[in-house]
Amino acid sequence: MTGIAAADITGSSDLAVQMEGVNKWYGAFHALKNIELSVRRGERIVICGPSGSGKSTLIRCINQLETIRDGRIVVDGHDLTAGGKNVDLVRQETGMVFQQFNLFPHMTVLENCTLAPMKVRGIARVEAEKTARAFLERVRIPEQAEKYPAQLSGGQQQRVAIARALCMNPKIMLFDEPTSALDPEMVKEVLDTMIDLAKEGMTMLCVTHEMGFARQVADRVIFMDRGEILEMDTPDAFFGNPKNERLKTFLGQIS
Amino acid sequence: MPLIRPFGLPEFWIIVMAAKWTVALSAIAFAGGGLGGLLIALGRVSDSKWLRGLATGFIRLFQGTPLLMQLFLVFFGMNILGLAINPWIAAAVALTLHASAFLGEIWRGCIEAVPSGQREAATALGLRYVNRMRYVVLPQASRIAVAPTVGFLVQLIKGTSLAAIIGFTELTRQGQIINNATFSPFMVFGTVAAVYFVLCWPLSVLARRMEFRFSRATER
Ligand SMILES: Nc1ncnc2c1ncn2[C@@H]1O[C@H](COP(=O)(O)OP(=O)(O)OP(=O)(O)O)[C@@H](O)[C@H]1O
Ligand SMILES: [Mg+2]
Repeated sequence: MTGIAAADITGSSDLAVQMEGVNKWYGAFHALKNIELSVRRGERIVICGPSGSGKSTLIRCINQLETIRDGRIVVDGHDLTAGGKNVDLVRQETGMVFQQFNLFPHMTVLENCTLAPMKVRGIARVEAEKTARAFLERVRIPEQAEKYPAQLSGGQQQRVAIARALCMNPKIMLFDEPTSALDPEMVKEVLDTMIDLAKEGMTMLCVTHEMGFARQVADRVIFMDRGEILEMDTPDAFFGNPKNERLKTFLGQIS
Repeated sequence: MPLIRPFGLPEFWIIVMAAKWTVALSAIAFAGGGLGGLLIALGRVSDSKWLRGLATGFIRLFQGTPLLMQLFLVFFGMNILGLAINPWIAAAVALTLHASAFLGEIWRGCIEAVPSGQREAATALGLRYVNRMRYVVLPQASRIAVAPTVGFLVQLIKGTSLAAIIGFTELTRQGQIINNATFSPFMVFGTVAAVYFVLCWPLSVLARRMEFRFSRATER
């Protein structure tokens, strides 16, 4: 507890993500309402909530795949609202994993993993490939490096997507329902990869309805509904003693 | 002394050889239109409202008017601007603009057919616009684009025949010239049509084959 208090006093240097009074609109639709969220370095956050509640929108604002109307987002000390160079810096330092994998189908697994390090960081091919193979090893698919995404199973594709993001050496990883498009038998292999990552101390924000995963790795669990954060607590309190009525209903539905 | 010569092998060869001007004009228009079309397509899918509007206006203008009028306007427009009248340049410019508009619209569709998740993944990896387009979006769009692009090339080759009207001596105009000397329109224009067919037919077959290959590739 003292650690958290200290972090609050020393200010932004210990914060990976800081969202203050964030409002997001899609035309006339108010998608995010006054979001306040601070994520410390190394913290693991799980976000859940009903469909359309704004979970994806929230994490997509962190690497500015979505722009916000007002409020402030600071990622790793870079103020996104200042725009320009900061946005590029933040995108280089955050990795993102999507529900639909979004691997580049015209490139091999290895090329998927080396493209950004080479083109964004200017790393030489040989070195980029070495790093890529190391990460493919870590997500346990080193033998698939020369294949194309379409030749892999969904679980393997998602692990490639994780490796691809890790190749940029990100400080923060964003996951948007990484297991929702997978057949049930492949969910575990992807979750295991994520658990490994959490154990290594990666800062993670993860939208998921895998409550077992949330209990096991999350430091805090967030419940969103209709564009608002309605509850934010440790897994024990969140699942054991939910206060919000809509959260109770939601937990009743998914378990 | 009326000089009506018969339509013989020499006349036949003159017509066949004129095809090189048709091919040259098509090649220039296709190359120029390829570059212009890429810019127009990128303008159409850009984030800037201004660029989008400009590209859309360009496309509407050239798709909504006959190619012949475009040729006339460029041809006589050059004169008004004080440039020497030159059918070669006028035809090349008009056909390039025409091809830019049509290829721009075809390629816009191909770019938009690439799932938005691809662009998002590239953006999230830190790739900026040029690299995103170059390495992620355009390679995927170009696979879809091959068949309709070859299809348009066939239209373009046939379209060059209109340049005859502003005095550019390509296949069609050479046919007219030979016909004025031989008065054998059926032989002359039969030959002209046959040469167009020989140019266009293999391309049509190619386009159809690639379309088939692509539809099979996407089924999987
Ligand atoms: N590009 C967009 N344009 C307009 N409305 C959008 C857009 N993207 C999302 N929305 C709307 O914003 C709301 C929040 O969407 P979001 O994708 O963040 O929800 P979510 O919580 O991730 O839902 P799900 O669990 O279905 O993924 C939804 O009502 C959605 O319809
Ligand atoms: Mg979502």
